[in-house]
Amino acid sequence: MSPMTAQIAEKVEAAPRRRSIGEVVLTVDDLQTVFYTRAGMVRAVDRVSFALKAGETLAIVGESGCGKSITALSLLRLIPDPPGRIVGGKVVLEGTDLLSLSEPAMRKVRGNRVSMIFQEPMTSLNPVLTVGRQISQALMMHQGMSKAAAMERAVEMLRLVKVPEPAQRVKEYPHQLSGGMRQRVMIAMALSCNPRVLIADEPTTALDVTIQAQILDLILELQNQLGTAVILITHDLGVVAETAQRVIVMYAGRKVEEATVEELFARPLHPYTRGLMASIPRLGLMRNQTVETGRLQEIPGMVPPLFDLPAGCAYAPRCALADDRCRAEYPPFEEKRDAHWAACWHAGE
Amino acid sequence: MASYLVKRLLLMLLTLFGMSVLIFVMLRLVPGNIADIVFEAAGMIDDADKAQIEAELGLDQPIIVQYLQWIGGLVQGDLGFSYVSEKPTIEEIGPRIPITAKLALMALIFSIVLGLPLGVISAVRQNTKLDYALRVISLSGLSLPSFWLALLILMFCVQYFGTIPIYTRPPDTLWDELLLYSIPAAAVGFRSSALIMRLTRSSMLEVLRQDYIRTARAMGASNTSVNYYHALKNAVLPVTTIIGIEAAFLIGGLIVTETVFNIPGVARFLVEAILWRDYPIVQNLVMFIALVVVVVNFLVDLLYVVLDPRIKYAD
Repeated sequence: MSPMTAQIAEKVEAAPRRRSIGEVVLTVDDLQTVFYTRAGMVRAVDRVSFALKAGETLAIVGESGCGKSITALSLLRLIPDPPGRIVGGKVVLEGTDLLSLSEPAMRKVRGNRVSMIFQEPMTSLNPVLTVGRQISQALMMHQGMSKAAAMERAVEMLRLVKVPEPAQRVKEYPHQLSGGMRQRVMIAMALSCNPRVLIADEPTTALDVTIQAQILDLILELQNQLGTAVILITHDLGVVAETAQRVIVMYAGRKVEEATVEELFARPLHPYTRGLMASIPRLGLMRNQTVETGRLQEIPGMVPPLFDLPAGCAYAPRCALADDRCRAEYPPFEEKRDAHWAACWHAGE
Repeated sequence: MASYLVKRLLLMLLTLFGMSVLIFVMLRLVPGNIADIVFEAAGMIDDADKAQIEAELGLDQPIIVQYLQWIGGLVQGDLGFSYVSEKPTIEEIGPRIPITAKLALMALIFSIVLGLPLGVISAVRQNTKLDYALRVISLSGLSLPSFWLALLILMFCVQYFGTIPIYTRPPDTLWDELLLYSIPAAAVGFRSSALIMRLTRSSMLEVLRQDYIRTARAMGASNTSVNYYHALKNAVLPVTTIIGIEAAFLIGGLIVTETVFNIPGVARFLVEAILWRDYPIVQNLVMFIALVVVVVNFLVDLLYVVLDPRIKYAD
C-alpha cells in the first residue's frame, strides 16, 4: 500500500459509518444516454448500472467529462432533448421505472422523491425570488401545502440546515447570502419534501475549503436523520473517503471500477483509479520531498473525445500497462475480488 | 434612496430646461411665423399689418425676452393663448390629452400583451417552424411604418367589412371607446410589440440556459411554471427598459395614426400647430410630452428596484 492510499484508508476508518443501511431504493440498469452533436453521436453514459440502498452514500468519481453529471441528470430525466437522449436502460425507484413515466408523473418525482443539489450555489438559485419562495415552491407543488404552511416549513428547513436567523433569511434574496449559505439553502430545498434519494453533484467544489467540510458534514448528518440515500458526485477522492460507503469510478462514460470505500482505497484495481489516487497532493510528502519523488503525479494525456473513442479500452492511450489486447478489445466489467469489480485486462497488476 | 431621488428630480428638471431651450430655438429657426403664414394663405403681404400682428403677439421682441416670458408664464401656470383660436392654450390642449393618453395606453398594453407571451413562446420553441413564423412577423412589424400599416388596416376593413369605426363625436360608452381606439392602437402598438417580442425572446434564451432554471426543473416545476414564472421574472428586466423607451416612441407613431384615423388627439393637433407656427401650443405641448417621457423613464428606473432585488439605488 502506498503512503497515499494508507493515508486515505486512515480517513476511511475514521469517518463515521452509516448506522442503518436499508433496502435497495434505486436500481439503475444499463443506463445509456447519448448526445447528437455535429461531430457525431456521443455516448455520454454507456451502460451504467448500480444499486443504491436507503441511508447509503454512493460516490461516483471521475475527471470532468467522464459522464458522472450526465448520469445524475439522466436519473431525473433532465437531459436537454435535443441534443441529448436516454436511449436505453432502466432507472427503478422503489418498483417504478422512472424512464417509462409520463412527463407529469416524472415531475411528481423530481424534488419530491428524488432531488438534486448542484455544484454552483452562486448561480443555482433564482436571483429574483426570495429564498423562502424557492423552498416553499416544492412544498406547495408536491405536498399540497398552503403558501403560509409552506413558508413556515421553509423556516424549519433553514433551521435544520443550520442557517442562522431562519425567519429573517426566508425573506432574503440569494445575492444577500454567502456561497456556503446558498448551498445550505439548496440542501434545504432539496430535502424539503424528504426525498428517498438525494443526488449531490459536486456540492462542495465551488466552496471554500473550510465551508466544504461543513457542508459535507451537514449532508451526512441530515442523511442520518432522514434516512436518505445519497449519490455523491465528485472528483475529489478525499471527499469520497470521508463520506461514502461505496464508490463507482467512471471513465469516458463507463463504469471502470466499483467497490466499497475501504476496498477501493486499500486495493485499487484499475490503473485509472490508481492514477487518480496518485495525483492527490499530500502535505507530508511535500515537506520532505526531493526533486524526483516530490513531483505531483499526473495521469498523462487527456480524456479522449467521446465521439472518437478508441476501439478497445478507452483508458489505453493513457495507461502505462496498455498492450495490444487493451487497444483492441474493451475489457469486461468483472468481479475481480469479493464485491470489487473492475473493467481492466490488467486489474491489480 | 432619498438622495438618489433628489438627484434624479434635479436631473429631470435639467432635462426639461434643456428641452425647453431646444424646442424654443428650433421653432424660431423654422422659416416664417404665424403672420407670414396668415398672409401667405390670404395671398398678399402688407408689411405694416404684419408688423402690427407681430407686435401684438410679442414676436418682435428679442428672442431671449420671448423665452423668459414663456418660461415665466409656464412657472406660474400661465400657458398663454393660441395664436390661431385665441383661446387659452390649456383649453385647447386639455380636452385632447385624455384621447391621446387612452390611445397610447391601449397601444402600450396591446404591445405588451402581444409581445411578451409571443417572445416567450418563440424562445421556448426555438428553431421550430412556429419560432421562424413569429420571427418573420416581428421583423415585418419592425419594418412597417405605423401610418402605412394604419392605411392598410383602413383599406382592408372598408374593403371587406364595408365600414370602420371612425371618430365623429366623443364616444358615449366605454365599449364604443374601446372599439374606436382599438384599431389605431393596434396599428401603433404593432411595432412596439414586435420589438418587445424580439427582446423577450433573446432575453429568455439567455435565462433559460441558467443554472437556476435547471434547479427549478430538478425540483419538479412544470414547463409553464419554469417559463412564465422562474424564467420570465428574470428575462423581463431588459424588456422593461424597452417598454419605457417605446412609451416615448408611441407619441411619434400616434401623430400619423391620429391623422390617418381622424382622431382629435394632441398628436395630430401638434402637427397642425406646427404648420400654423402656433408657438404657445407647440412649445407647451412639446414640454408636456417631454415631461411625460421623463416621468415614464423615471418610473421605469424605479420599477427596476421592484423587479430586481439586486438593484439598489445607493445614497
